[in-house]
Amino acid sequence: MTFSVPAILEAEIDELITHYPVKRSASLMLLHAIQEHFGHVSREAIEWVALKLGLQPINIYELVTFYPMFRQEPLGKTHIKVCRTLSCALAGSGVLRDHFCKKLGLDSHKHGAQTTPDGKFTVEFVECLADCGNAPVVMVNEDLATKVTASQADQIMSKGRAN
Amino acid sequence: MASEFRLILKHADQPGYTPDMECYMRHGGYEQLKKAFATPARDLADGKKQSPQEVVRDEVLKSGLRGRGGAGFSAGLKWSFVDRKSGKPIYLICNADESEPGTFKDRQIIHKDPHQLIEGMIISCWANDVKLAYIYIRGEMPHGAKLLNKALAEARAKNFLGKNILGTGYDLEIHVHRGAGAYICGEETGLIESLEGKRAYPRIKPPYFPAVLGLYMCPTIVNNVETLCHVKHIVAMGASEYAKLGTPNNTGTRIVSLSGDVKRPGYYEIEVGKATLGEIINDPAFGGGLRDGRKLKAIIPGGSSSKVLKAGEVFKLKRKGADGQMTAVDVPLLDLPYDFDSLQQAGTMSGSSAIIVIDDSRDIVDCLANLSEFYAHES
Ligand SMILES: Cc1cc2nc3c(=O)[nH]c(=O)nc-3n(C[C@H](O)[C@H](O)[C@H](O)COP(=O)(O)O)c2cc1C
Ligand code: SF4
Ligand code: FES
Repeated sequence: MTFSVPAILEAEIDELITHYPVKRSASLMLLHAIQEHFGHVSREAIEWVALKLGLQPINIYELVTFYPMFRQEPLGKTHIKVCRTLSCALAGSGVLRDHFCKKLGLDSHKHGAQTTPDGKFTVEFVECLADCGNAPVVMVNEDLATKVTASQADQIMSKGRAN
Repeated sequence: MASEFRLILKHADQPGYTPDMECYMRHGGYEQLKKAFATPARDLADGKKQSPQEVVRDEVLKSGLRGRGGAGFSAGLKWSFVDRKSGKPIYLICNADESEPGTFKDRQIIHKDPHQLIEGMIISCWANDVKLAYIYIRGEMPHGAKLLNKALAEARAKNFLGKNILGTGYDLEIHVHRGAGAYICGEETGLIESLEGKRAYPRIKPPYFPAVLGLYMCPTIVNNVETLCHVKHIVAMGASEYAKLGTPNNTGTRIVSLSGDVKRPGYYEIEVGKATLGEIINDPAFGGGLRDGRKLKAIIPGGSSSKVLKAGEVFKLKRKGADGQMTAVDVPLLDLPYDFDSLQQAGTMSGSSAIIVIDDSRDIVDCLANLSEFYAHES
């Protein structure tokens, strides 16, 4: 499969590069743009970004492996991040994650991100999402769901199933 | 009876207040930028002259403003360390990483009043001869990043940014830079590495004091979102009026993030030191107390890196007596004024001003294990 970046995305990327006096600084912003478009950052994408910025692929690869938000494999269409840090834990985020896992047939004892076999959902525990006053907090793709109850969790999942 | 004092969040939660330029302008937006630009040069007693920029930097110093991001360091003093003789460009980075667990105050500013931050930033950049600045926002705030980008575009359209701003001859550009989910990016040297497109490994200071060797090895100012917003209000009020807010050496207001086992978790802006920990947790205007039947077990007073305080602890605080002499007085936990110095004297810190309350139904070992897991993950 050949990797190709559509012209509109490349124009956006070229504009982002102009924000920095040193091209390398644009790395994270380029990776975000790529991931938003393709859903993940593939090997080919890493090489493409490196070439674009005049860097070695390893310079980009080490960012993709360091920064938790970047992923090298496609994830579920609905990406559910449950906050596990203290304020959310006190508000029951552990039970909430179990609830998601159980309803989606995932193993709640497993650590790390898990994706359903149909590719519809990925569930993972993440650290503080900076909205602790509204615990428990769940990020669903780009949106934040706050004071999440079991029934709201069910709604999130039925919306995701329809996607 | 303590109460909220809203300076930074004055408009944020008013019904109908929106994050766009028109609404901000209707509320006196960018007037303080114009006022700063019009600052007259000042003649000092020793015959020296202060440029308008130096006057504003001096006002920030005299206001007593201390950093709201964690360390509580004097903003004016930090600015005074900037190497202005190197001939290299000076950069300013707004730290919008908001990654200290328990903290959710910068989120309110970014989402509800982004122009206040931008105005504070433009004034701060102008006062420090900065021509290029960044807002480093955590990756998990995609909507915040979009709002900031929109607000920056609006500011460019009004020539509050760009070339020859409002005819002053001053050029400035501000860009949004998104992090990607690593806690250590909140630490300023890690943040700089990250902005250079590297892994966010903190640099060893010395020699890497950002004020001298920061972004691209140039002098760099890193300030928190809330800190930069205060600069606008210092310009508006003047240093001496501003310094009347709060308490001596702990001036101004601060947004406290309150979470955990209280009835009314949320963010509350107070005059620094004018409310005690007990008031913030128990007053109906603030946390409203613990849930019925529950008793306090412990408080994490300033974000998860601050030392945990146990219910019933009593601290020795230095206080100035009526005779002007410093004496040590016993202050119980809940009577600790919520400010930088009192918490430090109590052996902990106000850090990012995030209070997490833990009640007697909790196992403290579990709570601390939860936080150590955070640090294990994020190292
Ligand atoms: C591990 C660590 C994480 C930090 N996270 C943040 C953060 O998320 N936001 C922030 O403003 N400051 C954070 N800081 C403090 C910054 O290093 C820096 O002191 C601050 O941004 C300076 O701004 P101020 O002087 O306006 O407070 C952190 C510090 C450490 C050591
Ligand atoms: S390993 Fe821990 S101490 Fe070292 S840089 Fe990372 S967070 Fe800081
Ligand atoms: S602890 Fe969950 S949002 Fe902060």
